[in-house]
Amino acid sequence: MRKIDVHIVADKIKQLLLTSNTDLPQDLLILLKAAEQREESRLAKFMLEQIVSNAAIAKENQWPMCQDTGMAVIFVDIGQEVHLINGDINQAINAKVAEAYREGHFRNSVASPLERVNTANNTPAIIHYQIIEGDQVHLKVAPKGFGSENMSRLYMLNPTAGAEGVVNAIVETVKLAGGKPCPPLVVGVGVGGTVEKAALLAKRSLFRPVGSPSDDDKLAKLEKTALARINDLGIGAQGVGGITTALAVHIESFPTHIAGLPVVINIQCHAARHAEDVI
Amino acid sequence: MKVSLPLTKDTVRELKSGQIVYLTGPVLTARDAAHQRLVASIASGEELPIDLTDQTIYYVGPCPAPDDHVIGAAGPTTAARMDKLTIPLLEKGLLGMIGKGPRSTEIAEAVRKYRCVYFIACGGAGALLARNISQVETLAYADLDSEAIKRIEINNFPVIVAIDSYGDSLFA
Ligand code: SF4
Repeated sequence: MRKIDVHIVADKIKQLLLTSNTDLPQDLLILLKAAEQREESRLAKFMLEQIVSNAAIAKENQWPMCQDTGMAVIFVDIGQEVHLINGDINQAINAKVAEAYREGHFRNSVASPLERVNTANNTPAIIHYQIIEGDQVHLKVAPKGFGSENMSRLYMLNPTAGAEGVVNAIVETVKLAGGKPCPPLVVGVGVGGTVEKAALLAKRSLFRPVGSPSDDDKLAKLEKTALARINDLGIGAQGVGGITTALAVHIESFPTHIAGLPVVINIQCHAARHAEDVI
Repeated sequence: MKVSLPLTKDTVRELKSGQIVYLTGPVLTARDAAHQRLVASIASGEELPIDLTDQTIYYVGPCPAPDDHVIGAAGPTTAARMDKLTIPLLEKGLLGMIGKGPRSTEIAEAVRKYRCVYFIACGGAGALLARNISQVETLAYADLDSEAIKRIEINNFPVIVAIDSYGDSLFA
């Protein structure tokens, strides 16, 4: 058994939250710059120029790139040889999430669902645990803003809907969202499993380097088809009309029940913040 | 085109959907929670804590101010969430709105009827846009923290006219 202090895990998460909110990942920045270069619409170019220079300003000053510093979504994959010691990991993580949001001058965006009372420290975080092989802990964080989260959708398709049904669901979701979720988007899709499995697949797919195709050739082809159809919609950056509505579509799949085909489309805005680390 | 705030009815008439405009002057900040309170006050006939006549509301919930600036990241939030809470404010004289994304056809129609204007700023460009903000003063609902109503001074603040006073919309 490898012993790992929960406070070390929580500290790493804090660091990941601080950097992910201020430094846009390079893979994404390259695609955004390319989209700016390619754009023909005057208004979309005006928006894309701001998005690109905003990323530089945020990084240089260690400012959050967007005021919606999101709910802290955290994936903790724990090796089965690991023994977590020195306290409750949930408490340790939430304490460090609060610290990260305070020290980073990030916005507290978490409230009770019905009374809408702000918890004033951006906790609780959304933490997903999973047991994996080995003696390491893999951490992934993605602060998630709700302008884009709100535009996500679940479809319970017929089992015979097939690839076309999946692509139609993806395109419809993006079309309904229009300019609201801050395009250009990264579209995360989970196909199969159950309701919650499909949602988790969709969320996890957003951690892939943006635009890297699925390992599965069939899914990679679907990703391409869906991306082309999305960009044909002409929504453009911020919805002002343009040739880039999405930068990438990432699809992950899992076996499902003979009677169904769950599809979750998790919409990610251009502030596609994500960071990871291994202990 | 450069436009100074507060807006006048004459200026609003000159603005056309699709124009890039740089705004300078005072605006009020308000988003979901503040809108809900304002509309509830109007419905029960109470006096509003702010005068909306000829004002522009910026839909924003900024980050806390860091040591080196008056305000933290401050980009627009999705305007459509305010659609159901907008018309009572237009009736109170609100002349401009700054947000992001499309709005309902009801709001496009109201913008025409009340001869006002809806601008969009670049969503997600919170760090960049905060640099065009120079003064911040909380006016009402301080308990809402980031969602409180504040008066802020914006300078050469980049926006696009998304729905003009003739009802023409960029998103139509
Ligand atoms: S949708 Fe994304 S980029 Fe737009 S305001 Fe929300 S978090 Fe920021």
